[in-house]
Amino acid sequence: MRHRALASFGVLVVGIAVTALATRGVAGQSPAAAKPAPAAPAAKKSTVPRTPDGQPDLQGYWTNSTYVPLERPNNVTKAAYTDQEFAAVVKNAAEREAEQTEPGTIADVHYDFTQFGLDRSQSAFVKSDLRTSMIVEPPNGKMPPLTTEGQKRAADRAAERRRMGATTDAVQNMPIGTRCIIMAGSGPPMMNSGYNSNYHIVQGAGYVMILVEMIHDARIIPIDGSRAPLPENMRQWMGDSRGHWDGDTLVVETTNINGKNPFRGSSEKMKITERFWRPDANTLGYRFTIDDPATWTTPWTAEAPMIKTVGPIFEHACHEGNYGVTNTLAGARLEDRKAAEAAAKKTSN
Amino acid sequence: MRTTFRTLTLLSAAALAVVSAVMPVAGQAPAYRAPRTADGKPNLNGIWQAISEADWDIEGHSAAPGRVLALGAEDAVVPGLGIVEGGPLPYLPAAATKRKANYDSRLTADPEIKCYLPGVPRGMYLAQPFQIIQSTKNIMMAFQYAGAIRTVYMADQTEAPADSWMGWSNGHWEGETLVVDTTGFNDLSWFDRSGNFHSDAMHVVERITAAGPDHLNWEATIDDKKVFSRPWKMSMTLYRRKEKGARLLEFRCVEFVEDLVYGHLRKAK
Repeated sequence: MRHRALASFGVLVVGIAVTALATRGVAGQSPAAAKPAPAAPAAKKSTVPRTPDGQPDLQGYWTNSTYVPLERPNNVTKAAYTDQEFAAVVKNAAEREAEQTEPGTIADVHYDFTQFGLDRSQSAFVKSDLRTSMIVEPPNGKMPPLTTEGQKRAADRAAERRRMGATTDAVQNMPIGTRCIIMAGSGPPMMNSGYNSNYHIVQGAGYVMILVEMIHDARIIPIDGSRAPLPENMRQWMGDSRGHWDGDTLVVETTNINGKNPFRGSSEKMKITERFWRPDANTLGYRFTIDDPATWTTPWTAEAPMIKTVGPIFEHACHEGNYGVTNTLAGARLEDRKAAEAAAKKTSN
Repeated sequence: MRTTFRTLTLLSAAALAVVSAVMPVAGQAPAYRAPRTADGKPNLNGIWQAISEADWDIEGHSAAPGRVLALGAEDAVVPGLGIVEGGPLPYLPAAATKRKANYDSRLTADPEIKCYLPGVPRGMYLAQPFQIIQSTKNIMMAFQYAGAIRTVYMADQTEAPADSWMGWSNGHWEGETLVVDTTGFNDLSWFDRSGNFHSDAMHVVERITAAGPDHLNWEATIDDKKVFSRPWKMSMTLYRRKEKGARLLEFRCVEFVEDLVYGHLRKAK
């Protein structure tokens, strides 16, 4: 009897949590950035799985694969699509993802993105999130306006990119991810990638570790609350993260970003506050707030929930197998030589 | 009933502890009993590092000139007693030839030069720390060097699905000892900077045992029939990094080797 009562209660709470998550997404109503995640209080202690040492158990394999864009598209004003509208979004996106191989145009292509990437349209989870933006604050689903400093930095960066030349001129001109230095999943904030948006969370005494499949990046987050941040002059690609439990929600604050991999134009002064929680058995709630007064006029907040997926995660030895950079640069140098030869021939004629 | 049983269990565990403390197994030092995790296993969590010159050469070696003239004494080989038990390494004839070729071309051929993943066991004795994050199902080893990762499956164990740099590790407890069985290697990683190497047939069995609050005994048996005539062992001590605020920092070295690896493909000015 007692068990049955508990079980029903559990179902009820899970139901509330799911509804809360869905409703929040659909209505686009979200509390101000400073307030705690609303799903956390709904997750009563009895329903959140625990590790043997009593922490909320976030462990397992998760994915944040999605077609929900960070910002709401310009031609969209509502917070969520209808099923029919979303089906069209998925169809268009899946077609774009398959475009790069143009089936039938290259004889020896037998292994395209829809296979190696397991494109996102094939995931049931991706189809269940109808939101038109990850951003929940500001409520218009868009990043706040840039500060004057942020605008100047964006212009300076664009000028610097033009000065450096084409992406095929040197490896340093290529995107950070192409160079296998860091990818979107590592963050923070942790964003989805086109493929391999998979994570493995493991909790040991005093730490939560999030293994990011892409480039086998491990975020090792201390949660004992005693660690001081790194000194101001020590900067890292993933910054310096410190965590603590706020009830059953893991709150992670990150500073000391090195600024070499700006997030949507951010500065190295960016502070990221992430919240992870378990709204139900199959979902890992994930919300982040970006606080970077050197770039945006106000802080802003987005939600990108993850869902359980299957493991294990295999080794993504990106740099070791980076034939892409070599072949791209070698191809460009061949074109350079051909162009030089053609020019020389023209002159001699 | 339950209480009685628990009491008995506790009593017998206590008795056993007393007996094992008083009567060490013949020929062995009294065993250290590590603190336990919440699920009752020896707690190996922590940031660990070998204090070793093994990355220069896993075998005993004297000091020697470095590889890069301009780096002078900074690149000179640091002498060390080595971590191989017995020796010399039992290379098969063809493998001995390859090892020599590796040594001769070590400045360009050593995977560490290019910031490639260190492989196993090399990651364990690099001059950089690694962290053990221990849960019931998995024991993670996260390495500062190149952000390398080993996932040791304590549950949901499978065979290696494909070859990889860091191999595929399944683990189990034998009393105080974590036993890690690793296969599924590619043939690209080396043991050290002196060109000692293995093939994709390598099988590594590591035994990791806490020797005190801040020391781990680490030993490994290397079996690789394509390269060695018999299995051989290596052993060393791992030390806990105890500094206040000790943590892994980023050694994201890809950026540091880009001009080395791709510089010849840069557009001419």
